[in-house]
Amino acid sequence: MRSKWLRRSLVLSMAAVFTTVACGTGSSQNAGTVHFLGVWSGQELTNWLAVLKPFEDQTGIKVSYEASRDQDAILTSRVAAGNPPDVAGAPSPSLLTSFAKQGKVVPLNDAVDMNALQGDTAQSWIKLGEPLNDGKLYEIFAWADVKGLIWYDPKNFQAKGYNVPKSWDDLMALQSQIKNDGTKPWCITVESGSATGWPASDWLKEIVLSQSGPSVYDQWVAGTIKWSSDPIKQAFQTFGTILGPNDSNVYGGSQQIIATNFGDVGTPMLKSPPKCYMLNQASFITTFFTSAVPGVTPGTDFNYFPLPDINSQYAGAHVVAGDTFSMFKDTPQARKLIQYLTTADAQAVWVKAGGKIAVNKNVPISDYPDPLAKEEAQIIANTQIAKYDATDQMPADMKAAAWADLVKFIQNQGQLNSLLAHLDSVQATAYKS
Amino acid sequence: MDFSVLIGDIPTLVSVIVGVPLVLVAYIVGAEFLVRRLPDKLRPQVRPWIWVGPAIAMVAAFLFLPAVATFIQSFQDNHGNFIGLQNYATQLAGFPTGGAWIAVRNSIIVWLVLYMIFVLIFGLMMAVLFDRVQYETIVKSLIFMPMAISSVASSVIWKFMYQYQPPGETQTGTLNALVTFFHHDPVAWLQDQWPNGIGILNNLALITVATWGLTGFSMVILSAALKGIPADLLEAARVDGAGELTIFRRVIFPLMMPTIVVVATTLVIFAIKVFDVPYVMTNGNFNTDVLALRMYNLMYLSHNYAAASAVAIVLLVAVVPVLVFNLRQFRAVEARR
Repeated sequence: MRSKWLRRSLVLSMAAVFTTVACGTGSSQNAGTVHFLGVWSGQELTNWLAVLKPFEDQTGIKVSYEASRDQDAILTSRVAAGNPPDVAGAPSPSLLTSFAKQGKVVPLNDAVDMNALQGDTAQSWIKLGEPLNDGKLYEIFAWADVKGLIWYDPKNFQAKGYNVPKSWDDLMALQSQIKNDGTKPWCITVESGSATGWPASDWLKEIVLSQSGPSVYDQWVAGTIKWSSDPIKQAFQTFGTILGPNDSNVYGGSQQIIATNFGDVGTPMLKSPPKCYMLNQASFITTFFTSAVPGVTPGTDFNYFPLPDINSQYAGAHVVAGDTFSMFKDTPQARKLIQYLTTADAQAVWVKAGGKIAVNKNVPISDYPDPLAKEEAQIIANTQIAKYDATDQMPADMKAAAWADLVKFIQNQGQLNSLLAHLDSVQATAYKS
Repeated sequence: MDFSVLIGDIPTLVSVIVGVPLVLVAYIVGAEFLVRRLPDKLRPQVRPWIWVGPAIAMVAAFLFLPAVATFIQSFQDNHGNFIGLQNYATQLAGFPTGGAWIAVRNSIIVWLVLYMIFVLIFGLMMAVLFDRVQYETIVKSLIFMPMAISSVASSVIWKFMYQYQPPGETQTGTLNALVTFFHHDPVAWLQDQWPNGIGILNNLALITVATWGLTGFSMVILSAALKGIPADLLEAARVDGAGELTIFRRVIFPLMMPTIVVVATTLVIFAIKVFDVPYVMTNGNFNTDVLALRMYNLMYLSHNYAAASAVAIVLLVAVVPVLVFNLRQFRAVEARR
């Protein structure tokens, strides 16, 4: 009797559960959802959500945001599992490009108003978004960073009577002058978890571009010129003159360089008395300055001059980087989001919050919160030789090896030749797969 | 807390909360129903397989088949073409510092030996000493508490403890604050590859974190074994005039040997497969790479799945002898009961 009752109730409840599962899952509310995978947290997340708000209000589409700094791993496993996010946003295109090459990314030519895009954006950004060179747009760029900006504290320079160097020789002279006066000229920090070493690679690629020019730079990115070739080796050696013998030009020496997080690079410079006078970082570093040292104002407490040209032939060259977005699932809601991100209105929101430069030319200069940002925006718009971040375009294997070997170079500059040989061997296999 | 995710999908919520236990009960009831239909003779033969069935299926699906797939993939390149032992060749090239050799050296020599010895010695010491005091339960709970912290969290905590500022600056890391208090230069615990670039100091720093996390585990197990030694044996030894140290050496230690061996082999397995501590603290830089981390970086940083599979098989090969030995010892301990 009892087992009969048990069996019947079991069958009934299972039927109920199956019905709810069948009807329930796959429900969408209102105008739908976009599943987004990004990397931003903290202050950057607040700014990103502010960008999304007008979109959500206008269209009623909900953006379900997930983030992780370990985006590489998560995106790789999700794509392999057949469960990618609808849209992904990454601080560099290399990961998204590798998925585009595998055919996992949906072309955006129908989702985005291509005519508007051509008019609003510099051609080089659109070209960058077509990594397969088949005329199909796989990535859009919303915000850019300028690299190769040397940040300094104008008050300190004034106090010691230093002048902003206009040429590479001036920079070298300034460097020795600061050293003779008893302080370290440079602050450099490269720690960044699994990406440790990337600020040093920024130094390297800026030197390569400025010293050897855009065609060598392009060959280096494509892997057709070896790491041990003269121009690249020379760039390493030039970086070595910045570091000084045994890293003696840098505050804290090699231990400090490799142990300290990249975001803390400005803190010793903004102290009084300052521990160093200059540092090389991209335009986004200002958010870190203001959060680490409360009360500092751009312009008065920190300013920048572009890294002086090493070779006057390649004057006005800049390395740039940008936030990239790709669509993995072709849904109407995802298309709307991508289109929204290309517009000046969307990009202006973060520009006003500070720390980003819009790729869309129609964002008015007046939206930039401080004079420094306005100048950076001019650089992005007007730069003659704009080259995208080199290591971000290289295969992941190559990029990881470059970062690790730069860390080793900082620890012991004498092992340069063996490091270059190692990078050559990685290059030989990395570009094949 | 954001409950909107839960409430937004009630059907899924219901099917999980109600459905999962339901399916379980249904399986058991259904299985019993079927078994009862069989003749008496067959029942004890069939029933165990039905009960163990799901577990075997899960182990096969999530452990065995992926292992086989990894083994096959380690002989292919990233596009699926067969390339023989080339992945192993690239990973094991450049002895002693190239390829995966740093990771092999760290996992199989530095971590295995030092981690096992430290955890075992500390666990044993604490088990034996705390057995003799009245406040035993309190201290044992305190020592056991780090086990409740996830190893990622403890790595982050210890990363703060190890922080380094150049000499002359205020030290922000606890250890360097102590070190400078005694007028010594601060040490970059995670980056300093003393002695001479081999990297024992920073590996020791990482091992300390893992030891801190797991000593409670070994202490508790050894303590249980200690309490299993009959008190009259110890009494007899004392009556015969043996000192405490002799008692430990001649009575306690040999009788605990089977348990010590089991704990030691478990620690060896943990040491070989350690991942989170180096991942969070140094990401394998500065000569602190370990096999599991190298595999992870090859897969997700370099997108080189075939090479990662080769490293995974190397790891498996390193662990299998230890596993076999561990199982044998486990059986010996059971047999003695």
